[in-house]
Amino acid sequence: MGYVAIADRDHEIEHHDPQTFITKYIWSQDHKVIAIQYSVTAIFVGLIALGLSAMMRLQLGFPDTFSFINPENYYQFVTMHGMIMVIYLLTALFLGGFGNYLIPLMCGSRDMVFPYLNMLSYWVYLLSVIILLISFFVPGGSTGAGWTLYPPQAILPGTPGVEWGILLMLASLAVFIVAFTMGGLNYVTTVLQARCRGMTLMRMPLSVWGIFIATILGLLAFPALLVSAIMMLLDKTIATSFFMPAISSMGVDPGHTGGSPILFQHLFWFFGHPEVYIVALPAFGIVSDLLSTHARKNIFGYRMMVWAIIAIGGLSFIVWAHHMYVSGMNPYFGFFFATTTLIIAVPTAIKVYNWVLTLWEGNIHLRVPMLFAIAFIFTFIHGGLTGLFLGNVTIDLPLSDTYFVVAHFHMVMGVSPVLVVFGAIYHWWPKITGRMYHEGLGKWHFWMTFLGTYSIYLPMHYLGFAGVPRRYFAMGNTEFMPESAQDLNAWITMSALFVAATQVLFFVNVIWSLTRGPKADPNPWDATTLEWQTPDNPPKHGNWGHELPECHRWAYDYSVPGYKDDFIPQNVPASDAAPAGRDHGVEH
Amino acid sequence: MLATLLGWILKQSFNVQPWLAEVVDETANQAPFNARPKLVALTAFLAVVTSFFALMLSAYSLRMELGDWVPLTEPQLLWVNTGVLVLASVAFQWTRNIAVRETAPRLMPGLLLSGALTVAFLAGQLIAWQQLNASGQYMTNNPSNAFFYLLTAIHGLHILGGMYVWARATVRAFGGDVDAVRHSVELCTIYWHFLLLVWLVLFGLMLST
Repeated sequence: MGYVAIADRDHEIEHHDPQTFITKYIWSQDHKVIAIQYSVTAIFVGLIALGLSAMMRLQLGFPDTFSFINPENYYQFVTMHGMIMVIYLLTALFLGGFGNYLIPLMCGSRDMVFPYLNMLSYWVYLLSVIILLISFFVPGGSTGAGWTLYPPQAILPGTPGVEWGILLMLASLAVFIVAFTMGGLNYVTTVLQARCRGMTLMRMPLSVWGIFIATILGLLAFPALLVSAIMMLLDKTIATSFFMPAISSMGVDPGHTGGSPILFQHLFWFFGHPEVYIVALPAFGIVSDLLSTHARKNIFGYRMMVWAIIAIGGLSFIVWAHHMYVSGMNPYFGFFFATTTLIIAVPTAIKVYNWVLTLWEGNIHLRVPMLFAIAFIFTFIHGGLTGLFLGNVTIDLPLSDTYFVVAHFHMVMGVSPVLVVFGAIYHWWPKITGRMYHEGLGKWHFWMTFLGTYSIYLPMHYLGFAGVPRRYFAMGNTEFMPESAQDLNAWITMSALFVAATQVLFFVNVIWSLTRGPKADPNPWDATTLEWQTPDNPPKHGNWGHELPECHRWAYDYSVPGYKDDFIPQNVPASDAAPAGRDHGVEH
Repeated sequence: MLATLLGWILKQSFNVQPWLAEVVDETANQAPFNARPKLVALTAFLAVVTSFFALMLSAYSLRMELGDWVPLTEPQLLWVNTGVLVLASVAFQWTRNIAVRETAPRLMPGLLLSGALTVAFLAGQLIAWQQLNASGQYMTNNPSNAFFYLLTAIHGLHILGGMYVWARATVRAFGGDVDAVRHSVELCTIYWHFLLLVWLVLFGLMLST
C-alpha cells in the first residue's frame, strides 16, 4: 500500500496541545472550538435577522401603528433579514459550524488538514460579520436594495443605504467569500485526504456527504457572487458600466452607458441557486443520519441517497434562470430552465421517499432531534411541492412577486433547514458539551416552533393566490385585495412574534444544560458513527487519544438481525460484533 | 474538470456494497488521488479560480454583445509581458526539476530568476496601464476598457498571492532548509503554469475582441 492516510502521520499535522486560555478558546486551531465559534457567531447574527423580521411583520400586520418603521427602514429590514439568514446564518452554520465539527470526527481524523487556515477562516468570517453590522450604523444606514441587490436601483439614489450601506454590504460579501473559500478548501481536502483507515467514501455518513458536496457547490458558486460584487462596486464607486444602463437618476446623469442589469441577475442567480442547495444538502445529510439513528434502522437506499446528493449538486448549476422568468427572457430559454428545474425534483423526491421508507417499520424514538427531523420532512415536502408550481413558467408569471413565493422559499429553505439545525444541535449537544439538555423544554420548543411556523407560512400561500404582492411596505387601497387579507396578515404577525418568542425556550435550555444539565453518556443515542466513539466526552484536542479509529463498516448498522445490541459502531470489527459461531452480518 | 471529479466519484461509489462489513480491499484505504493534502487543496483552489475567471469571461462575452462596446487597442507591450511570463513559468519548471531530481539541490538561482521574471511581468503590466492612461484610455471610457483593467488587475493579484508563497519559499531556501522548500516549489510551478494559461486565454480573448 503506497499510501499512508494523512491522519496517521501525526507528526506532519501540527498538534501542539493548546496551553493558554487564549490559544485554547480564542485563537484556537481545534476544529471543534472553531465550529463552536462559527456557530455562536452565526446564531448571534441570526437573532438580529430574526428581530428584523419581527419588525417587518409588525408593519405588515399593523400598518400605520408603529412610528419607528418608515418605508426606508422597512426595506433595510427586508434586505438585511434575507442576506443574514441565507449567508451569514445558514451557510456559515451548516458549513462552518457543523462542517467543522462533524467532518473530522465522522471521518475519524484528528483535525482539519490545515488547522491554521481553518482558524483564519473563522476570523475572516467574523470580520465580514463586523463589516455587515457596521453598515447598520453608517450615515444612511444599511442597504435596502433587497437581498438580491439588483442594479440599477441598488446603487442609485432613492434606495436606502445607497451612500455607505451598499458598499459595506458588497465588501462584507467579498470578505465572507474569502473566509468561505479558506474553510471550503479545508473541508474538501479533509474529506479527501484525512479519512481514517477503512473509511471509504461509501462508508461515510450522509452528513459528511451532504456537507462535502455542498462545499464543492459553494467553492464553485461563490465566485459568481464575488464577480458581481466586484463589478457592482466599480459601477458604484468609479461609474463603470458593467451593469448600469444609461439612466437618468432624479434628473441627474450618473454617467453610465449601456450596461446590463440582466447580466447581474444571471451572475447573481448562478450563485444564488446553488446557494439554496449549499444550505439544503447539509440539511439532507444530517436529517438522514438523525432519522436512521432515532428510528434504529439503516437508511433506506444509501447509495441512492449519495447519488441523489451528487445529482442535485450537479443539476443545481443549470437551473438558475428559473429565478428570472419575469425578466423577459426568450421563451425557449424559459422552457429549458423549467425542464431542468422539474428534473431536479426527481433526485429530491427520491430522497424524500427514502426518508419516509427509513421510518417505515422502524423502532421510532420520538426524542427531540427526531421530532425536528420528522418535521423537516413535512415542511420540506410542503415547500418542495410549491416549488413545482413556481418552476413552471406559466404558473410562475402570475405568482411571481407575491406572498406565494415568500411562503415557498421560507418553507423550503427557511423553516426546513432551521428545523434541521435545531435537530442537529439537540442531537449532537451531548457530544459537544458533555451534558444533556432538558427533554421537556426541548419538546415544548419543538411543538411551538413547528406549529407556529405553519401558522405563519400556510396562510401566506392564500395571500399569494389572492395576489398580495411581496416587498410592499403598505398595501394601500387595492381593489383586488380583500379586506380579510389584512386580518390574515395580522394573524401571521402574531404567529411570527409567538414563534420568535418561543425561541427563548431554546436558550433557556442551553443555559440550563450548561449550568445544571446532567452529565451525558458518551453515546446517548446508541449511534454507530465515529464521533460517538471518542475516548473522551466531549472529545479532547486531537479527538482520538493515542490511536486513531479504524472503520470496519458503514454508518448504518442498526438493528442488524442476530446481534445483541441494535447498533454496531463503525469501528467494531466484524469478528468482535458477531456472536459466537456466526459469520459477519451478511443477511440484511 | 467536473467530469473527472464525477467519474472518480462514480468509480468509488459504483458497484460497492457499503452495508457489508469488512469487504473492503486494501485499495480502499488509499487516498483518492494518492496525493499530498496541499496538492489536493491547490487543485481545489485552482478549480475555484477557474470558476472565477470563467464567470468573468462569460460576463465579458455577454457584455460585449451590447451596443456601446468599443474594442480596446491593447498596448504592444503586452506581447513582451506575455513572453516574460512564459519565461517565468519556464524558470519555475527548471527550478522544480532540480528540486525533484537532486538530493541536495541548489534552488536559489532558479527561485530568484523565477521571482525576478514574475516581478518584471507585473511591472510590465503596470507600465501597460500607464501607457493606456496616458493615451486617455481610462477605465470608465468603455466597458471593454473596464474589463481590461479589471481582468489584468485580478490576474495580477493572483500572481501576487503566488509571490507570497514564493517569498516564503525563497526565505526558507536562503536559510538552507531545502527539503521543506521542495514541495512549495512544485506547487508554485503548477500555480504559475495555471496563471500563464489563464493569462493566455485572457490575452487571446481581449486581442480578438
